Amino acid sequence: MSSETKQILTTDGIPLEVSLKKAERKNKIKAFLLVAPLLLFLIITYVFPIGDMLFRSVDDKMVTQMLPKTFKAMENWDGQELPDEKVFAAFHEDFIKLVEDKREGKLSTQLNYTKNGFKSIIKKLRRKSKSFEEGNYKEQIMSVHKRWADVEYWRAIQRRAPEFTGQKYLKGMDMYVNEEGKIVSVEEDRRIHRVLWLRTLEIAFFVTVFCFLMAYPIAHLLATLPMKYSNLLMICVLLPFWTSLLVRTASWMILLQQQGIVNDFFVGIGLVADDNRPEMMYNKTGSYVAMTQILLPFMVLPLYSVMKTISPSLMRAGKSLGGTPFVAFWKVYFPLTIPGIGAGCLLVFILAIGYYITPALVGGASGTLISNQIAFHMKSTLDWSFASAMGLMLLSGVLVIYWLYNKLVGIDNIKLG
Amino acid sequence: MALPKYTEPHYRIWHYIYLTICGAVFFFLIAPLFVIFPLSFNAEEFLSFSDGMKRLDPDAFSLRWYKDMVYGTKNPWGLAAKNSFIIAIFATIGSVILGTIAALGLSSRHMPYKGLIMAVLISPMIVPLIISGVAIFFFMAKAGLAATHTGIVLAHIILGTPFVVITVTATLSGFDHSVTRAAASLGSDPVNTFMKITLPLILPGVISGGLFAFVTSFDEVVVVLFLAGLENTTIPIQMWTGLREQLSPTILAVATCLIILSTLILVTAELLRRRSERLRGINR
Repeated sequence: MSSETKQILTTDGIPLEVSLKKAERKNKIKAFLLVAPLLLFLIITYVFPIGDMLFRSVDDKMVTQMLPKTFKAMENWDGQELPDEKVFAAFHEDFIKLVEDKREGKLSTQLNYTKNGFKSIIKKLRRKSKSFEEGNYKEQIMSVHKRWADVEYWRAIQRRAPEFTGQKYLKGMDMYVNEEGKIVSVEEDRRIHRVLWLRTLEIAFFVTVFCFLMAYPIAHLLATLPMKYSNLLMICVLLPFWTSLLVRTASWMILLQQQGIVNDFFVGIGLVADDNRPEMMYNKTGSYVAMTQILLPFMVLPLYSVMKTISPSLMRAGKSLGGTPFVAFWKVYFPLTIPGIGAGCLLVFILAIGYYITPALVGGASGTLISNQIAFHMKSTLDWSFASAMGLMLLSGVLVIYWLYNKLVGIDNIKLG
Repeated sequence: MALPKYTEPHYRIWHYIYLTICGAVFFFLIAPLFVIFPLSFNAEEFLSFSDGMKRLDPDAFSLRWYKDMVYGTKNPWGLAAKNSFIIAIFATIGSVILGTIAALGLSSRHMPYKGLIMAVLISPMIVPLIISGVAIFFFMAKAGLAATHTGIVLAHIILGTPFVVITVTATLSGFDHSVTRAAASLGSDPVNTFMKITLPLILPGVISGGLFAFVTSFDEVVVVLFLAGLENTTIPIQMWTGLREQLSPTILAVATCLIILSTLILVTAELLRRRSERLRGINR
């Protein structure tokens, strides 16, 4: 028998297998077409811009494009002795062009990032270059200022030749490339970013711990109480959850101020003296208290939804088999709630690590996080490439946490309320 | 939670400690919201309870700050409220349409690369807001949409769709697909089937996703801070500026209104959730 006769045919004579595959493909395309509008929209407005951030963070074309001839001439320079006349002549040509376009100021700012001391010597060069004679530019430029005769400064210029640089990432970790081209840390007292990264991790970690410790008992209570009571208590969790973040931050600003209610209460019970009210806001304490309360619902809701599914008879069985309530809780109940704990902790930690508004309002100088620094560079210094670099460092941290969580617990266990 | 009569004393004590802890946590969660109410009726300009208020003297209370909120000459709350509502409504409509259609595709068992696509679709919810803000700002600046309502609406659609996708996918997970096949076998075209059969059944999920999207937009400040010009100011932006400069009682009046709004949204969301569970036959 030939294989063709074995095949099952549909009524129109096409083999069933082919026909099914065709239908399957049609369904696939149909499903994909439904998702396509949103997917395209997000790719254009969201995914590409994040890629754009990556590009901006390493982009260093500015100097490359300002001194094209210089860098071309420098290709054969070994960087040991001062460059030869050809490099000087090319540099002069590039520089005159920049002065014509009034862009030499930008060059001096950029080169000053690489090495201090460029600002003044570029200003001087601009003034003197007007009276330069043709030929022998090396002598003429070197006579403008003794730094122009210093090989270190020419090496600094050469370091700006590549179109891409990782220096913004190094800056985000308080490191830089020194004159010898080695990666070193900045001086101890100028390591502001490392302090911020560590503080961000510390605050996010402790806020997560506090949220867990506070959420576990109330989620348990909500899950075990009869419906009519638990629904009422659930409002205490859901109302803050739905209330504006700024409203909740405002209420903490009122509570924690020096003449505020919390301080009044402490004075009232004699814990602190009236003239010695502690500063509870504009420092880390403010960030801790406000962030814990604001993020607490994100811990309670996943815990609650997991605990709700645990049958009370399991605890009774544990007790009837001779365990004390504590043993039954620890050996039976607690392990069953781990998916909820994982989801809650992940959610709170990731929200906390990127927090911006609340620390900016109640954190003061010692309670701000890395997000505040990113916003500062976006809005005040306008160093967008640095803001992008730090944003991507934060993002990669968040993605690592997700990846770890996915390995340990599984991302499917996340529930929204 | 009555304890059985045979409970040993030390477990009884432990149980009361547990209840006290729970009470304290609930107090910590909800009490800060209630501070705002009385203080917004303060007759004076301070943000703490005056002696008159502690005595419940009627003269210590007034509607002064509410009047200031509505009629105050220099107060931008009117414009901010108008902008906030316009932006939130359009952002919600956009998120609901895009999100629901995408959720329908994602729930199909024929969907290829489901995990990867889902990850992209909900990524705006996972990525810290400050990073989304920077990225969206770069896009809007390039597209010439910075400091426009359109730009902010688009940004809020990005942030709002993940909630719609998640809630509608969850609703569809309990959806009995034989009803749509039944409709098709009776000669209904797909659009008609969706409007007459699917949509009414998943409506609670769609609306609660829409509520999430609305609240996200209405309360969003990080991205708007990057995008908004003077003309596009919103309520959160005004609150943010007000809280940074000085806490005025007018902000508390606004905050009280916002709490009332969120209570309404909470009630709606809860009713919808219960209705949805009833419709899907989940009895919890």
